Amino acid sequence: MGAVAESDDQVQKSTLEAFADTILPGVKRSPDDRAIAGVCDDPGAVEAGALELLNDPATGVAAGLGPLSQALNAHAVAYAGEHGLSLDEDVPPFVALDYENRVALVERLTSPGHPEQSGWVLLAMFSNMAFDSAAHLSTGEAIANGHPGLLQMGFAKPDSDGLWRFPDFSYGRELAKRHPETTESGSPA
Amino acid sequence: MSAVESTDVLIVGSGFGGSITAYHLAAGGAKVVVLERGPWLEGKDFDHDYLLGKSYTRVFDFVAGDGMSVLGGNCVGGGSVVYFAALPRAPRYVFERQGSIGRRVWPAAITRDTLEPWYDRVSEVLPVSQQSWNDISYAGGLWAAACNHSGHTANPVPVGIDTAKCTNCNWMMAGCRFDAKRSMLFNYLPAALSHGTEIRPLHEVQKISRNEDGGYRVHYNNIDEVDYRVATGSGVIDAKIVILAAGAGATPVILQRSEEELGAMPHGVGRYFSGNGERLNTAIINEERVGEVLGLRRPNGAVYEANQIGKGPVVACWDNVDGSKPEYSRFSMEQLYFPPGLGTILAQVPGKSGATWFGKEKKEMLKRWKSWLTIFLMTEDDNEGVFGPPPPTGNAYRISQQMLGKGPLRYDPTPNTLRGWAEADAAAKEILEKDGLATVAPWTNDLVGAYTVHPLSSCRIGDDPATSALDDRHELRGHPGIFVTDGSSVPTALTVNPALTIAALAERAVPGIIEAARSRGVDVTYGAPLPNAAASRPVTGSAA
Repeated sequence: MGAVAESDDQVQKSTLEAFADTILPGVKRSPDDRAIAGVCDDPGAVEAGALELLNDPATGVAAGLGPLSQALNAHAVAYAGEHGLSLDEDVPPFVALDYENRVALVERLTSPGHPEQSGWVLLAMFSNMAFDSAAHLSTGEAIANGHPGLLQMGFAKPDSDGLWRFPDFSYGRELAKRHPETTESGSPA
Repeated sequence: MSAVESTDVLIVGSGFGGSITAYHLAAGGAKVVVLERGPWLEGKDFDHDYLLGKSYTRVFDFVAGDGMSVLGGNCVGGGSVVYFAALPRAPRYVFERQGSIGRRVWPAAITRDTLEPWYDRVSEVLPVSQQSWNDISYAGGLWAAACNHSGHTANPVPVGIDTAKCTNCNWMMAGCRFDAKRSMLFNYLPAALSHGTEIRPLHEVQKISRNEDGGYRVHYNNIDEVDYRVATGSGVIDAKIVILAAGAGATPVILQRSEEELGAMPHGVGRYFSGNGERLNTAIINEERVGEVLGLRRPNGAVYEANQIGKGPVVACWDNVDGSKPEYSRFSMEQLYFPPGLGTILAQVPGKSGATWFGKEKKEMLKRWKSWLTIFLMTEDDNEGVFGPPPPTGNAYRISQQMLGKGPLRYDPTPNTLRGWAEADAAAKEILEKDGLATVAPWTNDLVGAYTVHPLSSCRIGDDPATSALDDRHELRGHPGIFVTDGSSVPTALTVNPALTIAALAERAVPGIIEAARSRGVDVTYGAPLPNAAASRPVTGSAA
């Protein structure tokens, strides 16, 4: 039973990783990495911590991850059937899809009108947030530790007290004429 | 027999509408209690941190509806703590709007001229000031220069910011760490406290019932300070006057839930919601072209690369804020910073077809994040939002511990609204894509619907009982003694940032509320001096 449970966990993990990697793709962590499609040459949502964020109880989605990953694999099987694709059975069905087909399926699941749209949008949103805001980590520490998402976006480092300040912030010159119908206090007349 | 707590005036929510009324009523002698569903934070509590559970998620409420999502405040000070402090007055034509009903929507008593004295009062308290070009961030400067290059004007936006304290950190949306942003925490709320107002955070009002004496009983849940999904208790307070100022995404829900006990609500409750016609466009700046065409250069040698630097919206183009144009063709275009997270996922890759909010092209776009410039469009929508049956508690089914929920709002944009959005999108694109300055695409509406940070009109004032929930004194039709003073009372989209108009309307509503309180036996007078911003200290939780 233990082995089966572990295997279910692995299925869930690699399925969710493949989903997160579809949202913001990354480089394969090793040559035999199947969850990551490998269409980028630098880290994506998975290495940024998508699974850590999704499993954070604060998100409210942790309890739904099992059912969502099972549903995603069921959708992948149906999708493969529709398109005459044969799926490699060594990995979960969604993981077996190539990047272009993962994109097409995620696009369908997150489209307006899809009955399960809300769930897939939540999964996408937190996958995205792992990369662009590292919401599972303190931002200053994330940057100090080289968080791949914040680093690639060029997020500035905070001051030594952990706060951001930008003393250099303005071109400091008039760059347009004000609208002629402006009141003395600066509002539309 | 159990003793039920009672007060003269019970106020729901502590943003602009709640703080302003609380101050005047307390200063006039009434006993005032304010119930606020969110926590009570002050400067030192406002973290620069996206970690879930920090102030960033504690002070916001993001509610996804069907076709429209609403971002609002959830803390003492409400919307004033999470706003960007842009405080223009609404243009004159707004008050003449007809919308889809074919006749003037606003009450006859309210025009730009009649509202001016009330605008003046709020502008003195906050205070509101014009920015100089030296205050304008790189993002605002770039937007101004691009407008100028296209033959447009561009205005530094009037704001409630103490520029001497501002560090241009760009975290201001999540509360100001440096006490530079003029929120209600610095003026009306401390002044209200000094006159005995009680502010109770983490109290979420669920419904109102009527007492035999004609007063009201307000029912609330106590909310856990970490997990907002958890109620830790409940209670009631009796009041002679109830003022609802919970925000346009929550006030109508409270009234709908109260209908069983209070009797039928006016038709306008939970209808005519407006998202202030808001749209966000993301421009990816071509640094080289901007340098060549606009001649901009930073001291460090960069041209722009400054998306992260600044303080919210600082420059607006008002060329389409033009009363001679037909309705739905009038809009403002304002530069804005929107932090990562929700704002980033909704940005689409310009020039691509299909779903471009995710995938490898989107990741490439994120790598150019420093070169993003966000343009915020405020257009005229058609007040087409409708609230469905209320959730069991609060204004949404809460999903996350904080911030994220699913609400009952439905918003299906009419052809008028869609046309207005498209015209504004096209205008922003024309300016920013001229001579290769940038590529631009609007945020996607496919994920969480349209998106507003300025929800309005869900209980609007008006003269016509068929299309307004409140009379022109902000009293709920058919329910004397209940007033609404938040953004839900504003009858139409404003085509500019609405905070000053919401505040001015709340100031204007006060004499009528005091008159109603007096008629209900409350010993209260009108005429207290305005809070002195300079003399006020920041309001703190320990004062409660």
